[in-house]
Amino acid sequence: MKIKNNEKRYEVILAGSGGQGLVLSGIMLGEAAVLEGRVVVQTQSYGIASRGGLSLAEVIIDREEIVYQQVQTPDIILTLTEEALEKFAPYADKGIAIFYDTTLAKVRTGEYLTGYPFTQIASDLGNVGSVNILSLGAMITALPMVKTESLAQVIRKRFRGQAQEMNLAMLQAGADLIRKGERTWEPS
Amino acid sequence: MQGNQAMSEGAIYAGAKFFAGYPITPSSEIAEECSKVMLKIGGIYMQMEDEIASIAAVIGASLAGAKAFTATSGPGFSLMQENLGLAVMGEVPCVVIDVQRRGPSTGLSTKPAQGDVMQLRWGRHGDQAVIALCPATVAECFFMTVKAFNFAEKFRVPVIVAPDEIIGHMRENFSPPAPGEVEVVDRKTPSGPPREYLPFTADPDGVAPLASYGSDYVFHVSSSMHGPDGCSNNDPDNAAWRVAQLHRKIEMHRDEIVICKTFSTEDADILLIAYGATTRASRAAALELRKRGVGAGVLQLITLWPFADKEVAMLGARAKAVIVPEMNYGGQIAGEVQKVLGSGADIRRVNSYNGEIITPQDILQVMKM
Repeated sequence: MKIKNNEKRYEVILAGSGGQGLVLSGIMLGEAAVLEGRVVVQTQSYGIASRGGLSLAEVIIDREEIVYQQVQTPDIILTLTEEALEKFAPYADKGIAIFYDTTLAKVRTGEYLTGYPFTQIASDLGNVGSVNILSLGAMITALPMVKTESLAQVIRKRFRGQAQEMNLAMLQAGADLIRKGERTWEPS
Repeated sequence: MQGNQAMSEGAIYAGAKFFAGYPITPSSEIAEECSKVMLKIGGIYMQMEDEIASIAAVIGASLAGAKAFTATSGPGFSLMQENLGLAVMGEVPCVVIDVQRRGPSTGLSTKPAQGDVMQLRWGRHGDQAVIALCPATVAECFFMTVKAFNFAEKFRVPVIVAPDEIIGHMRENFSPPAPGEVEVVDRKTPSGPPREYLPFTADPDGVAPLASYGSDYVFHVSSSMHGPDGCSNNDPDNAAWRVAQLHRKIEMHRDEIVICKTFSTEDADILLIAYGATTRASRAAALELRKRGVGAGVLQLITLWPFADKEVAMLGARAKAVIVPEMNYGGQIAGEVQKVLGSGADIRRVNSYNGEIITPQDILQVMKM
């Protein structure tokens, strides 16, 4: 697994299908960065269906004013469907790290492509709906855009009871996926 | 905070106590937020059967003394035009938020556009004027909604806040100011004997005080031509005075109403004129042009109507070329810029109308850079 880390500014794309919770992932990633005193812009793009259809969330995390609100040069991309991976796979050739779900997309290989069966793992852990948090947990462990604890704080603020416990467990499971590997990221 | 949420919080900060609406993408979060907050602050949230009823309820609430508003998008905004005309003629303060999406008609309901610019100005028939503001950041969503209420109350006119879908749905760092930090204006109310109250005259500031329905002041509000007392009046002198008055009260406060921001325009050979989300792409393009040694600057129009003619004339005259990026087909603001700078001016349009966002690269392309 190879990821470039510029440490000053992060541009993130979370892509999948409507209903997978990727816009919420983007919001939570942004909120975690705000807790760390960063400047954040989060935008999204989706179709008219509440479930299905390509859905994107974009997050920019910076230390300075963010002038243009859209991601231009992503540092990391998450894709949770075959359609999303097809759209973004060419970015891997440009040296942009792509995390993708192998449950719903065909396996591809490449230096910058990292596949995990996120959907399957979330389902095995008891809630397929938390795939967004599981995959986010993996991403921020591979590329430390925000601290895991900041994201845990956001989860504790947003969810109560069983949902909170489940999502905190998913965050941890996502982080463990990466920590079990050897090297998580390479400084550019 | 999200842009839509910032607009509802701005409305509450400005003193809004009444929201009536019919939720529509991409403005629905405003209704959602109001449905939660209005009851907590002793206000009223009404989900209406359609947008015609929504604006009618807003007008009624405002005449009863409440600061009132609604939120919609293109299709709903079209339905509101007739009653907005009544609000213009009846000089009823109110705020309408139109989060612009790609049309025509129901179009691409989740995608951004800036196609309502002319409708904001000319949506109503019969020679009238309103005020329209267009934020480009979440902070501006908040502050321009407060401004919208202030203008509505001060000038007894409908004010429209018209961001595009990107700005409405975008989230940025923003914490609202503490109460009292930002000026909040309340309408003038009459103090003389109720029997002598004339709701449709004009003080030296161009506007008459407005009493509330249900108070001791009993008065008539009509969409038809009326005299100073609000009762029907067919005298041509009265009609001429009234039509001029509806325009004059905005024109005489033009410099207060027209809000612009400039970014590196002091020595700009290339002037980008933008509003809403395209402001941000324009600023990024101007920064890139500066890096390449080209003196580029941005004039951001926050007030779309009345049009910033003086500002465009001043900065446009100095520039060798003017670029106007807009998410519409015809260049609705570019046409206004052309009107101000003349047919000889080098005005380059950048238009997107496929529901996609204009990028800094799209803008640089017209500079062939």
